[in-house]
Amino acid sequence: MSWVFANISMLAHLTGQNAYLALVPVLIGLVISVPLGIVCARWSWLYSPVLSITSVLYALPALALFVVLIAYTGLTDTTVMIPLTVYTLAVLFPSVVDGLRSVPEPVRQAAVAMGFGTWRRLAFVELPIATPVVIAGLRIATVSSISLVSVGELIGIGGLGYLFEDGQQRDFTTEIVTGIVLIIVLALVADTVLVLARRWLTPWQRGAGGDSRLPILRATLRGRPGAGLT
Amino acid sequence: MSFFTFAWQWLTLASHWHGSAGVPARLIEHIEYTAIAMVIAAVIALPAGVAIGHTSRGGFAIISLANIGRSLPTLGLLILVFVLTSGASWAWLIPLVALAIPPILVNSYEGVLGVDADLKDAAAGMGMTSRQVLFRVEVPVALPLILLGLRTATIQVVATATIAAYIGIGGLGRYIIDGLAVNNYGEVAGGAVLVVLLALLVQFAFVGLARLVVPAGLRKQAQQS
Repeated sequence: MSWVFANISMLAHLTGQNAYLALVPVLIGLVISVPLGIVCARWSWLYSPVLSITSVLYALPALALFVVLIAYTGLTDTTVMIPLTVYTLAVLFPSVVDGLRSVPEPVRQAAVAMGFGTWRRLAFVELPIATPVVIAGLRIATVSSISLVSVGELIGIGGLGYLFEDGQQRDFTTEIVTGIVLIIVLALVADTVLVLARRWLTPWQRGAGGDSRLPILRATLRGRPGAGLT
Repeated sequence: MSFFTFAWQWLTLASHWHGSAGVPARLIEHIEYTAIAMVIAAVIALPAGVAIGHTSRGGFAIISLANIGRSLPTLGLLILVFVLTSGASWAWLIPLVALAIPPILVNSYEGVLGVDADLKDAAAGMGMTSRQVLFRVEVPVALPLILLGLRTATIQVVATATIAAYIGIGGLGRYIIDGLAVNNYGEVAGGAVLVVLLALLVQFAFVGLARLVVPAGLRKQAQQS
């Protein structure tokens, strides 16, 4: 424990770096997934080819991607962020499509009858209804991204992963455990923020309990980007 | 495109396909690690998920556990187990099992929990015991989701089993770690391609398996892959 207090500023720095390396890719992944999901929900024949591409990307080993990218982007943050963006995309894209497909047909028709055009319907009806499902996917992507950053340590850019390699070299368990605990805490904090964001964004679900649970489940069930570690 | 050129050049060199460091031997090791980790994870997570879905008690605990499981850094866990056991050669097993458990657990739980209440009523009305309802109705109906969980877990484990090489064991990760150590780009690329091909194979195998074991009446609804 005394080691933790003695190194508190280093730990804070690494935690910040870990959060930065993990969350920027999640944001970029979200920015790509939403329009891609909208397109694939609208022209549904596109969905399965795009899904098979993202599933292949999902199976790429993270370490291999890092190493391969060094040739293009060098030993920079970008090298770590590109694979994490790819994994976010793989998890989030199906959630966006599932979310948009979860919009009940009568709701869509009601919006049309009220004179909503395609774009207004998308922005004010369909996307809000899809939000819980998208956030369910976002939670998995965020948690996985935070924990995957540490693999970047094998190429020298790994946020809290630094503690793993350093702890191994010094045969110092406390340091390794601290790294694991901080990653879990960071992930739980980010997850809580997302849950609060969902409550705030979908006030209509707070009360009597909406029944859009099923599509949310489907998004949750996909699990984390496999790509896993190395 | 140079990635594929490098990978292709490395993969097509005949000398890389022989002996204990050759592709077939490494591939078998990789499949071995994956299979062992998956069997252990399934033995733990499948009964637990199905039981909790059946009784619908403890669901909150399951979801929280899975969430924490997803945030566990696999590399950190690997190094921790390795250091704690002073370098045991089986240290790779713990992080892989920990990685595979959450998707299997959550999917089997949600699958069984989500079975239509009318179906269960009908089964009970036909005189089935709670046990029969579980094994003849709930589990078969939940099978598409259970298989999806197993598939997700297997693909993750295939991609992640590469870390076994980090603690000096075999598998396809050897090519990636060794290639990184000596700056042999082709070797890394070749290793990565092999891992992805294996993951794709797993994907197809599970789609085939689903055709075989999922009851015909359910297949239409289960178009998830």
